[in-house]
Amino acid sequence: MSRSDWIRLRNGLLFISPWILGFVVLNLYPLLSSFAYSFTDYSVLSDPVYVGTDNYERLLKDGLFWQSLYNTFFFAAFSIPASLAVSLIFAVLLNFELPGRSIFRTIYFLPSLLPLVCLGVLWQWLLNGDIGLINAALDPFFDTFNRIFGTSVRPPNWLADPAFTKPALILTTVWTAGNAVVIFLAGLQDVPRSLYEAAEIDGANFFQKLLHVTLPMISPVIYFNGIMALIGSFQVFALPFIITGGSDGPGRSLMFTATYIYRRAFEYWDMGYACAIGLVLFLFVLVLTLLAHFISQRYTYYQGE
Amino acid sequence: MSFVRPLTLWQKAIIYTLLLLGVAAFLTPFLWMVSTALKPLRETMSFPPKWIPSEWQWGNFHRAMIEMGPFWRYLGNTLIICFLSVAGTVMSSALAAYGFARIRWRGRDTVFLIVLATMMIPFPVIMVPIYTLFRELSWTGTFRPLWVPCFLAGAFNVFLLRQFFMTIPQELSEAARIDGCSEWGIFWRVVLPLSRPALLVVALFQFMFSWNDFLGPLIYLTDQQDYTLALGLQSFQSKSGGTSWNLLMAASTLIAVPVIVLFFFTQKSFVEGIATTGSKG
Repeated sequence: MSRSDWIRLRNGLLFISPWILGFVVLNLYPLLSSFAYSFTDYSVLSDPVYVGTDNYERLLKDGLFWQSLYNTFFFAAFSIPASLAVSLIFAVLLNFELPGRSIFRTIYFLPSLLPLVCLGVLWQWLLNGDIGLINAALDPFFDTFNRIFGTSVRPPNWLADPAFTKPALILTTVWTAGNAVVIFLAGLQDVPRSLYEAAEIDGANFFQKLLHVTLPMISPVIYFNGIMALIGSFQVFALPFIITGGSDGPGRSLMFTATYIYRRAFEYWDMGYACAIGLVLFLFVLVLTLLAHFISQRYTYYQGE
Repeated sequence: MSFVRPLTLWQKAIIYTLLLLGVAAFLTPFLWMVSTALKPLRETMSFPPKWIPSEWQWGNFHRAMIEMGPFWRYLGNTLIICFLSVAGTVMSSALAAYGFARIRWRGRDTVFLIVLATMMIPFPVIMVPIYTLFRELSWTGTFRPLWVPCFLAGAFNVFLLRQFFMTIPQELSEAARIDGCSEWGIFWRVVLPLSRPALLVVALFQFMFSWNDFLGPLIYLTDQQDYTLALGLQSFQSKSGGTSWNLLMAASTLIAVPVIVLFFFTQKSFVEGIATTGSKG
């Protein structure tokens, strides 16, 4: 390397030094020591004791861990597509150049500004089975249904019935999809007008244009929003914690892996085991992200490449 | 979709109907929050629910503050943490982003891939060692674990600022360099002044993050006097056991309003910043 190469290298490293320090202290060291702790029995109060693969063996037999993993996968599998679909639909609607669109955009965005604790408390109230607003809105429909069919079905008791807690949480999550709406809208506005013109000359209707022009052109944005939602949903913690009032929900139906790690670590001071669970969670996120990456290589289209 | 053909009246009507359905879905919960916050307790229980309180209980806000505990202390704590976090984030991520966007050094793009990869690490995975580290330093029970890490350039903010820095014409740096400006001088006198909008976005995101953060304060703060607003609201919620909904909604409103007001004042940069996060790098 020439002298100026060295100077640039030195300057570059100096400028990124805060990040290097952060990477070592807040990412690399924790990952490595999490790996090390996962082979120990560690309660923070006393030094870690090496126990071999005990934690991992315990994990295989731990029903609560598997339940938390099932809950996490269930939540991810439904909340990600639901959020993507809802945010894409509203972004497409906003992309029509109609008066008032910026007001609509602002309104759609508002829920994603709400602090998670407020969000949780608010939806705990909205979803209240007896006097909640959502069931009040559903009640007339159920009444009509019951009158016609002579049945007596009632709206679900969302947060008290294990069959409905996860749908309730997914609904709450979808409500905060405004962030993705804004990102989608920016992507939509980058699609060249000429492509739509060409499609229209070929006689394409709205849905054909959507399917064959819009979706391929914004596929990188779909990928980006999907990855962000994936990473977010595998660490979902605060919202279920608050919406259940600090419990795990009926039948532990809202106990997610992040919740379980938190409880093992900070309620039972079972740090070694918590680290083992964390690493398994990380493995899943890693595999899924790589999978999404390879799928996206096949299906995303990058303009100008 | 920007359509070339003008929309017919029918098409417009359908689009507006759908957009208004969206407004109803996204806005109603907020209105319900405020409506509940202004009701006497008795009226929160009525079914079917009433939207307009029979008498407007403005006093609920004051009562909620008292019930929550030391509200003003919570607010002060939150503001201290927010302020320090924002300062640290803006400084450190601007430096790192400059190093990634404006200096061409060997291995830079590989290192930047590591920056992006760190965004994938879920916090629960590294939470335990970070906690034990701060415990070793005797920082648990203080604000330090909540703001000191912000001085170490988080990946997301570095990414965001790098995107912006790369759009500044390289000629400006070259001109300054010819005039004898050092790398630091270019950063400080050329790039930073041109990047005010992007720095504002990063500051806003960090402010919101620190204001809203729950897991961090939950792990590190032990004394109720040190609680943030978010943690204070959660402890009020678990104390009240889901009964005094009017006060809970009043407290939620109080905590949400500053964020929403801040958003309205900075809407343009905010929305642009979020749109940038999705653009390819």
